[in-house]
Formats: sequence, structure tokens, C-alpha cells
Amino acid sequence: MSTYSVSDTAAAAPRATVTFADLSGSYGVGLAASLAWLAFGLSCLYWPDVGDWSRTGSLGIGAIVIAAFILFGTLSADYLGSAGQALRKRAPWLVAFGAVVTLWEVATAKFAWLPLPFFPPPQAILEVYTDDLPKLLDSVLASIKLQLGGYIIGATVGFVTGVSIGWSQRIGYWVHPVLRFIGPLPATAWLPIAFFTFPSSWSASTFLIALATGFPVTVLTWSGVASVSSAYYDVARTLGAKPSFLVLKVAIPAALPHVFVGLFMGLGSSFAVLVVAEMIGVKAGLGWYLQWAQGWAAYSNMYAALIVMSLLCSGAITLLFRTRDRLLVWQKGVVKW
Amino acid sequence: MVVLTAAEAITYPAVGAELDIEGVSHAFDIDGAVLPVLDNVSLSIAPGEFVALLGPSGCGKSTLLRLVAGLEKPRAGSLREDEARITGPHPSRVVVFQDPTLFPWRTVWDNVALGLEAQGILKAQRHRVDEVIELVGLSSFRNAYPHQLSGGMAQRVALARALVNDPKILVLDEPLGKLDSLTRIAMQSELVALWQRKGFTTLLVTHDVEEALVLANRVIVLSDRPARIKADIAVARPYPRHRGDPYLAELRKQILGLLGLEATW
Ligand SMILES: Nc1ncnc2c1ncn2[C@@H]1O[C@H](COP(=O)(O)OP(=O)(O)OP(=O)(O)O)[C@@H](O)[C@H]1O
Ligand SMILES: [Mg+2]
Repeated sequence: MSTYSVSDTAAAAPRATVTFADLSGSYGVGLAASLAWLAFGLSCLYWPDVGDWSRTGSLGIGAIVIAAFILFGTLSADYLGSAGQALRKRAPWLVAFGAVVTLWEVATAKFAWLPLPFFPPPQAILEVYTDDLPKLLDSVLASIKLQLGGYIIGATVGFVTGVSIGWSQRIGYWVHPVLRFIGPLPATAWLPIAFFTFPSSWSASTFLIALATGFPVTVLTWSGVASVSSAYYDVARTLGAKPSFLVLKVAIPAALPHVFVGLFMGLGSSFAVLVVAEMIGVKAGLGWYLQWAQGWAAYSNMYAALIVMSLLCSGAITLLFRTRDRLLVWQKGVVKW
Repeated sequence: MVVLTAAEAITYPAVGAELDIEGVSHAFDIDGAVLPVLDNVSLSIAPGEFVALLGPSGCGKSTLLRLVAGLEKPRAGSLREDEARITGPHPSRVVVFQDPTLFPWRTVWDNVALGLEAQGILKAQRHRVDEVIELVGLSSFRNAYPHQLSGGMAQRVALARALVNDPKILVLDEPLGKLDSLTRIAMQSELVALWQRKGFTTLLVTHDVEEALVLANRVIVLSDRPARIKADIAVARPYPRHRGDPYLAELRKQILGLLGLEATW
């Protein structure tokens, strides 16, 4: 940093020595988080395991390393810039998380308060991530490929259909009844038919995911286009706009907030279809991995796969949020998000 | 003081178009009932003339402007621009609506550029967008979004969006209605200066009798709904006009009388 403002140094000066008041304030939570993770590490190492797990030692050491990092980060948060701020903001969560994993460790691996094969300890899940990594990665890739393909097709078709029926009454005449009849049907209801009419289970699943995505996107795009104020069209027309301009530069941008609601809904329902399709037909992907783990009563594999799946889903949602924030900056201040 | 004669009045560059409104009647259907709004309105506006429309609220002024813009077809009668019948909107007749209706997803600059973009000539004419934004005094707001503007600023953007097209007929629906009185007076002189420089034909709707008298060559007073032309008053005064001018004060008194407000004078 090249410049210091007066308030910066003034604020930093009393922090040079940690006072008792600081312990209960911003430092206190960070120290508690560090302690929670230290407790987790020690609980791994102190008591013997009731079962046979190979990663208990490394997990314990890993937790202690994390505790050390939190401690270091907390004490030097003022000098770490945005990373230090982020740590401070998340410190309460780190406390809760550390406490929960400690409790989990003790309740499963150490004293078996929870029935064992069904509630594997953290080290068992860590073991899956280290020992079964290739298979898990293959499944993740397969899931992403299938989901992405189906979602993009469904969103594109839904968007184009929605704009067409929102714009043209003639197209709407033909599409509305079909939409009303087929749309509300859960996409999974098509599963049995899709799997024997499509040439491959992969294409069948892509179709189903596209269907689950396409319906909400179509309906919301349509309602978005239909609800654009006619005053916008009047303005554009008096300025010499042709119909193509009215669609591309007036109707679509005005409808975009609705379109994004449809994209979010479509994402949710397509995840459901993805997992079911993978469990039933496609012999790959996280859904299939779950099914396979269940067949072998490999409970830790199931938990490991579930965690990955939830990370992927929330990652996809976050990505969509980011895209929306970027495309709809103009909405900031118009509506409250 | 020089009194403007007819000969001097047509020395403006005649880029303005002639506007003929002939026996126009219009009505709306509301709940099965027919609401007559315009009743046999005939008006001929010479190229480059500045005409103000005055009338009670809801009498049909905005409706008449929509017909001139070509956004609607009259139920009877015809409208012509330079002898050509008006059948639809055309960028030679640009409207500044009563509401600014800026596109909220476009910045000020992109809003102003709308007309040029719609006609596919933006690439060659980008400098004109900057010029009109400068003209309405919003240069430092070119990248702002409409929700970041005040009502008066939004109205100025709407004016800039119209001017950038170099219209032959400029149609204004209370464009200064939302401005504070100081900005309003400044914008009035801007408008007159602009009109004198460019020479477009102007049709202005206003609620403000004084504004009509300061700006227009002719003031048309409309009756209650359905609107009929009650009076067609020539304002033979040179520009810039002075608000305290006794001639204008006399006209103002007359017009207020026509609008049924003599008691307040
Ligand atoms: N699209 C429409 N459908 C039905 N009635 C309409 C429509 N537009 C206007 N009207 C009616 O026509 C009448 C005239 O409306 P208009 O907007 O032309 O009034 P105005 O003279 O511009 O009033 P103001 O000065 O308040 O703006 C009103 O009574 C209104 O209810
Ligand atoms: Mg009006």
C-alpha cells in the first residue's frame, strides 16, 4: 500500500497490542474458530477409532493446520486486506462448522453414539475423496456434461419459443394449448417413454433435462414479453424502429428480468431430472454414483457424492446469479434484490 | 422594438414540413360505450411554424398528437405531412411524450442514440448524440441510468432523444411540465433558439398559457372533450419575448377567458 490515511493508522494503532476488550470483539470470534478446529483435530488424534479408518491421523493434522491458519489470519487480519476482512466476516460460521465436525467426529468414530455404517465419520468421507477420486471425478464430469447440454438446449428453445408466442398471436394460437397441456407434466413422467424411444439413454436424458428447463423459461419469457409497456413500442416506432428492432432491442431487454426468473426455476427442476435420469438410465454421473454406492452399502461414498452434488448445484446457481447481475445492472436501484 | 412582419417570419431555413389536419374526428371504445375525443378538428400548420395547443385536461390533446405521430388512425378525416398522407410513424415526425418513457436498461447516451440506432445510421453519426446531450446540459450524466436521474433531467433526455433525429416536425406533449420554474424558463429559450436555428415545424401541447405565448407563433385553444377548435390566435411578436409584454398580457387574459377562467384573472 502506498498511501495511508489518518484514519487508517489511527484505527490500526490500538490493535498493535491485543487488549482484553479485543478478545471479546473481532478477535474473540476468530480465536474461538481457531479453538473449535483445534478441538476437532485433537479429538481425531486423542481417542482411538472404534472402526478401521486409514485417514484419521491426516484429518487430525489437517484440522490443526486449519486452526493455525485461522489463528494467524485473525491476528493479522488488518494487514491481509480483503482476505482478512473475508475471514473476519466468516468467523462465526467457522466456529459453528468446527464445533459441528468435532461433535460429528466424537459421535461416530470415537464413541459410536450414532449407528455406524449409516453415519460414517469425517475421515471415512475424506477417504472417499482420496481413494475413489478418479471415479468420482468421472461422475462429476459426466453430470456436468449432461446437465449443461440439456440446460443450454432447453433454455435456448424456451427463450425463442417464449419470445415468439409473446410477440406473435398467430404462433401463440398454436403453441399455448400445447404448452398448457404438456407443460405442467413433471418431466420425469416421460422417463419410461423417453428411454425406449430415444436412440440412447444419454439423448433421452438430454431431452428430459431440456424439457424441464424449457417449460419455465418459455412461460416466463412469454409473460415478460407480453407485459412490456406499449409506451416503449410507441417511442421506438416514432423514432423509426422496424419490427426486428422492436423485438431485439425493446421486447427482449425489457423482458430479461422475467427470463432470468424462468432460468432459475428451470435450473432447479432440471437438477431433479438429472439425478433421476442418471439413477435410472444413464450409467454415469453423480446420480448413478449414488445408486451404485447404495448397491454396495458404501455409505461414506454416498455422503461424499452428496456433498459434491450440492457444491455443483449451488455453484451453478451462483454462476447464474453473477450472469444476471452483470446483464441487469440497470435494475439495481429499480427493484430490491 | 422591432415588430416581426410576415416577410421576416419565413426567413428561417425551411426544413420544416407542412402539416395538414383535415376534419379529424376520433373516439375510443370504453366498456362498450363510445367516448368521442376529437370532433372535426381542422388545422393547417405552415413549414417552420410553432403552434401551441391549449385545452382543458382530458380534452384530447395527447390523442391528437398520437394521430399526428401516426401511432393511431383517425376514425374520420385525414392528416398529411407535406401533402403525403400520414399512415404510420416516421422519424421525420418525432414525439416527446408526456412521460419521458426512457428505456430503463439503457444509459442516457444509449437512450439518446435510440433513433439513430433504429434507423441504422448510428455508426456514422455518433458525434450528434454527444452534441445533443451537451445541448440539454447532461454531458456528465451520459453513462447514468434513467433511475439515477431527476424527473426534469429525464424529460431533458427525452427531448435530446427526439432532437438527435433532426425531425421535420417536432411534436411536444408538455415536455417542460416536470421542470422547476427556473430550468423551465431556461429550456424555453433553448427551445426557441433551437427552433429558430433548425427551422422545424413545432406542435406543442401545454397547460401553461404563458408558456404558449412566449414560445408560439400561433396558439390554438381547444374546447372540452370532445375537443373542437375554439380559437386560433396569432402571436405576432418577435423573439426573444418578454413575459411582461402588455400585448402578451392582453392575449393571456383573452385565452384564460376562453378556457373559462376569467374570474381568476
Ligand atoms: N387508449 C385509450 N383508450 C381509451 N380511452 C382513451 C385512450 N387514450 C385516451 N383516452 C381518453 O381520451 C380522452 C382524452 O385523452 P388525452 O390523453 O388525449 O387527454 P389530454 O388532453 O392529453 O389530457 P391531459 O392534458 O390531462 O394530458 C380521455 O378522456 C381519456 O380517457
Ligand atoms: Mg395529455
